[in-house]
Amino acid sequence: MSQSGPETTAAIESSADEVVPEAIRGRSPRELALIRFRRDKGSMISLGVVLLFLFVAVISPVLTKLKVFKPYTTNFPLLDIENGAIPKGNWGGISWAHPLGLTPGTGTDVLSRLMLGMTYSITIALLSAVLTVALGTALGIIAGTSGGWIDAIIGRIIDMTLSFPQTLMLLSLSSTLTVTLEQMGVPKGNFARGTYLILVLAVFGWPSFARIVRGQVLSLREREFVEAAHVFGASRWRIYFKEMLPNLWAPILVYFTLTMPAYVSAEAALSFLGVGVKTPTPTLGNTLSDSVNYYGSDLVYFFVPAVVLAAVVVSFNLLGDGLRDALDPKADR
Amino acid sequence: MFAYAVRRILIGLAMLVVMTLITFLLFMNNTTASVLASCGKNCQPEQKAIIAKTLGYDDPVYVQWGKFLKGVVAGRNFPDDPALVADHPELVAHCPAPCLGYSFKNSNFVWDVMKDAMWVSISIAVVAFAIWIIIGVLLGIIAALKRGTWIDKVIVGVTLVIFAFPTFFIGQLLYVFLAIKTGWFAIPSYTPIADGGVFTWLGGVILPAITLAVFYMAGYVRMTRAFVLETSTEDYIRTAQAKGLSARAVIGKHTFRAALTPIVTMAGMDLALVLGGAPITESVFNFNGLGKLAVTATREFDLPINIGIVVFLSAFVILANVVVDIAYAFIDPRVSVK
Repeated sequence: MSQSGPETTAAIESSADEVVPEAIRGRSPRELALIRFRRDKGSMISLGVVLLFLFVAVISPVLTKLKVFKPYTTNFPLLDIENGAIPKGNWGGISWAHPLGLTPGTGTDVLSRLMLGMTYSITIALLSAVLTVALGTALGIIAGTSGGWIDAIIGRIIDMTLSFPQTLMLLSLSSTLTVTLEQMGVPKGNFARGTYLILVLAVFGWPSFARIVRGQVLSLREREFVEAAHVFGASRWRIYFKEMLPNLWAPILVYFTLTMPAYVSAEAALSFLGVGVKTPTPTLGNTLSDSVNYYGSDLVYFFVPAVVLAAVVVSFNLLGDGLRDALDPKADR
Repeated sequence: MFAYAVRRILIGLAMLVVMTLITFLLFMNNTTASVLASCGKNCQPEQKAIIAKTLGYDDPVYVQWGKFLKGVVAGRNFPDDPALVADHPELVAHCPAPCLGYSFKNSNFVWDVMKDAMWVSISIAVVAFAIWIIIGVLLGIIAALKRGTWIDKVIVGVTLVIFAFPTFFIGQLLYVFLAIKTGWFAIPSYTPIADGGVFTWLGGVILPAITLAVFYMAGYVRMTRAFVLETSTEDYIRTAQAKGLSARAVIGKHTFRAALTPIVTMAGMDLALVLGGAPITESVFNFNGLGKLAVTATREFDLPINIGIVVFLSAFVILANVVVDIAYAFIDPRVSVK
């Protein structure tokens, strides 16, 4: 339906233009959603903040390369070595040169580590969210459209995957699967650990979305345009991806936006359990799981990474909620 | 009806078997690290072979899986060597059914290790469950009734922000500021009810339980709020109001009942999930529950423990699903005719 939208509105416009200058123009569902989204102040602010975080994630590696900031450089002279290597000064070593203070123990700059950490955390979350949504969409569409034994098998796979205790699986599998990845030729160390995170989050994440997609497809497949495609002799794959997929972009977009913060949190949680990317490479998760140890000696460092991570998660969640409200006006606020 | 129950049970059993196979394929595809962890530095190939044999990793995965299934059904011996059983029965440990394996790191049967840890996890889970259900649903109802006011905004906003902080940070925060610095709560530690009574037990698990509850509470606040708002627009609510029922009767008897049904279903599933241990909460507070056990086992490459925990918990979820499905079929006959 969205495909025919622009043409018809354009046609109405061109014919109406000559008679009345301000003609009544039809609005596509997409336009209506955009208007609803723009009207909501909270959504617009969260969109701005999310874009800012994404921008930081993109420029941080460049700034590191250009040596504008140095997330890996230690500053031992600024630490109080006799006193547990806590930064000198009252506020965790905050100064103009180090606006968010220094990391106790190494003296690296916290702001630059958090900015570069955002790059790694958001990359991991983004890649596995893309995989999750792609797998969930594909299998959900196939299950919902085909029905019969294909649907039954996919349904059982979904049940089976969901019956595993997720956090425990992500944790316990890391010991063997990271080694397997390394033997398969993935570069050793942090690269393999990051790849493990991305793959395993997606493998255990897709079933819930596949269920949602399947539900949507079940109601879509009774609609006339699908019937029409069948009558025209459209192939199975055409129906999956040319007829079904364009009608699913709303749930896909919303689910994707809400999966991102969940995976950023998951990276942090797993990092605390010793799974995932390790220092010196910074991620939001490994910085935070280091900082929680300094509750007694450096409260600035204790709180700063947590607040930054929470800000990322909250802004993505608000954006997701805003998108859902805009795309599905029936959903309650 | 009966046929449906039988079919559902059979499917459940098939899923159990496949689940154990998948678990084995995932964990046993690579035992290099596990063998190395038992062998230490300067490990010679011969030593590796001996260790792999002792741990039972020299068999193909499907043979190991078969032995595991046999152990669950009929019990098994460690080491599984008929000659040794005949000559030196004192060297062989018999693991009675249901046997989940033998942990060489702990020199104990997996089930015995898990049994001790389980009560810790169950204690935290039950208390956390009580907290998050009561407070979460209550806050959700208040937010829905005060929809659009500042009370609603504060409740929704605060839960959103708290939820954004990782569990281990919340846990550490509560631990440090409520137990260590202020001393308002006892330093968390697990004392079984049999040893110290209900209050010592509760005082010891309350902080981990709050930590775990915070993680789930946000979801329940939002869900309850949404369901209450949804049901309050139903026609029968308007009918109830139109026939002159008091606001209290409408809300208490009509709105909540309908709104609570999906919450109860959800709560059952989540309880099943947290009963299986909370690795992060247990690690923060140093409680030796199933979650912490899994963390330690992962660090030490103690694969039998990992497999045992995963198989046990997944089996629990699969069985719970079967029971729920059959129960639904009894309550609502339309379910079995699909």
